[in-house]
Amino acid sequence: MKVVITVIGEDKTGIIANVSKTLWENGVNILDISQTIMQEYFAMIMMADISGMEIPFGELKKKLEKVGDSIQMDIRVQNEKIFKAMHQI
Amino acid sequence: MNQYKKIMETIQMIDREKLDIRTITMGISLLDCCDGDGEKARNKMYEKIVRKAEKLVATGEDIASKYGIPIINKRISVTPIALVAGASADESYVAYAEMMDRAARETGVNFIGGFSALVQKGFTKGDKILIDSIPEALSVTERVCSSLNVGDTRSGINMDAVKLMGDVIKRTAYLTRENDSIGCAKLVVFCNAVEDNPFMAGAFHGTGEADSVINVGVSGPGVVKSALEKVRGESFDQVAETIKKTAFKITRAGQLVAREAAETLGVPFGIVDLSLAPTPDVGDSVARIFEEMGLGAAGTHGTTAALAMLNDAVKKGGIMAAEHVGGLSGAFIPVSEDEGMIEAVRSGALSLDKLEAMTCVCSVGLDMIAIPGETPAASISGMIADEAAIGMINNKTTAVRVIPVHGKGFGEEAVFGGLLGTAPIMKVNPFSSELFIARGGRIPAPVHSFKN
Repeated sequence: MKVVITVIGEDKTGIIANVSKTLWENGVNILDISQTIMQEYFAMIMMADISGMEIPFGELKKKLEKVGDSIQMDIRVQNEKIFKAMHQI
Repeated sequence: MNQYKKIMETIQMIDREKLDIRTITMGISLLDCCDGDGEKARNKMYEKIVRKAEKLVATGEDIASKYGIPIINKRISVTPIALVAGASADESYVAYAEMMDRAARETGVNFIGGFSALVQKGFTKGDKILIDSIPEALSVTERVCSSLNVGDTRSGINMDAVKLMGDVIKRTAYLTRENDSIGCAKLVVFCNAVEDNPFMAGAFHGTGEADSVINVGVSGPGVVKSALEKVRGESFDQVAETIKKTAFKITRAGQLVAREAAETLGVPFGIVDLSLAPTPDVGDSVARIFEEMGLGAAGTHGTTAALAMLNDAVKKGGIMAAEHVGGLSGAFIPVSEDEGMIEAVRSGALSLDKLEAMTCVCSVGLDMIAIPGETPAASISGMIADEAAIGMINNKTTAVRVIPVHGKGFGEEAVFGGLLGTAPIMKVNPFSSELFIARGGRIPAPVHSFKN
């Protein structure tokens, strides 16, 4: 299953390091990373494959939210189907 | 547009423009629960509702987490109680409403609809008992919603039912007077009621439906308004295109959630209801869309045209996005549940008469409108008759959900709280409808040809 992880907030060092460490620890494979500035905010978007993940989806979500709290960024994990559904015919 | 831009667009819709799935509603048939013994019937119904909807709330929450899109309400609709309670010897159906309330609490849903009767052409014994039970049923329960169908295009309008409902609404207002007559906020009088509507208070599970079914209602007035901000000053051709594209995206999210919920629960997928359903929150208003189109306030000259176009464009965009479309599908114009509508009433821009005109082109009718507590029952019946006539002649669903706020008058406000919001009390025509309503009988069905 593919997911989209978005990290939004003020730009700072260590964002990718912190997020990818948590993903690596839980067996999530990063497929692609992109960064962009949306209005005044920094946004990092990751595509990842969670088929090899050892924990339930909800737990990954909680872990990433915790990482988000520690680096003061908003982190979301969403199944990629929502984006495909809304933007592709 | 690259894929990352699209991802950010979706996140912005959810985060800032309040895109959400308004409701996942499970329809449950109670036709197999009839019994000559009322208590046995209610036990069977309770058991079936709780068994079928046991995992509804948890499933909704899981899907919301998986896709990162809020699912605001999880609800249940059941077969109109008048149809299934009629077999019993009971002389009041209040106990059925209490059973529904218990089932709603047990399953964790915030509303359960179907304390209903379909009387467009006449009454059965069960229909009469149900109508008599409505005021008490709505005053002793919290989560039960009630509806009545008093007319349709092929049957005409049952004016005896219209007359009765004026009294029922007044009595409900009196019995729930401690809370600004909130009971009336859970009571809808329909013409051309639909069998698969997922929205409350008018949801019931029609007899043509499967044993159980999942219907989903989408929302998103804030998303439409934001999209229109990007085409300021452009022609209506552009406005219609923008609304269509936005409605498509919103509906696709609804379709995805509906399919997933149906599969997880092992229940057939019914329909997606393409509705722009506002809430009292800032940024979630249909009235503000009219302002974005260029009107000074909802209710001014041009509002009916704006609503007609909005309603049609939402349907056009949504129909292609969903496998099956149904319910009420269109733009809702409730007053108390829409921050922009509330302001339009307060400022004097929006009157009851203009709202009636708007109901000719919107998806439902006079919705969540507070009127003076002293309004005579016959005037309320008159409003119901007017709305039913608009629905009957135009082949569309219309409805009346008015709240004659006991002890309050024009200029005051009723406060319901939560999704039901706040309603400034509106002025009602002071001239009598008494003798007109007293006639009773039926208004015959209209001709279906010679349409001019």
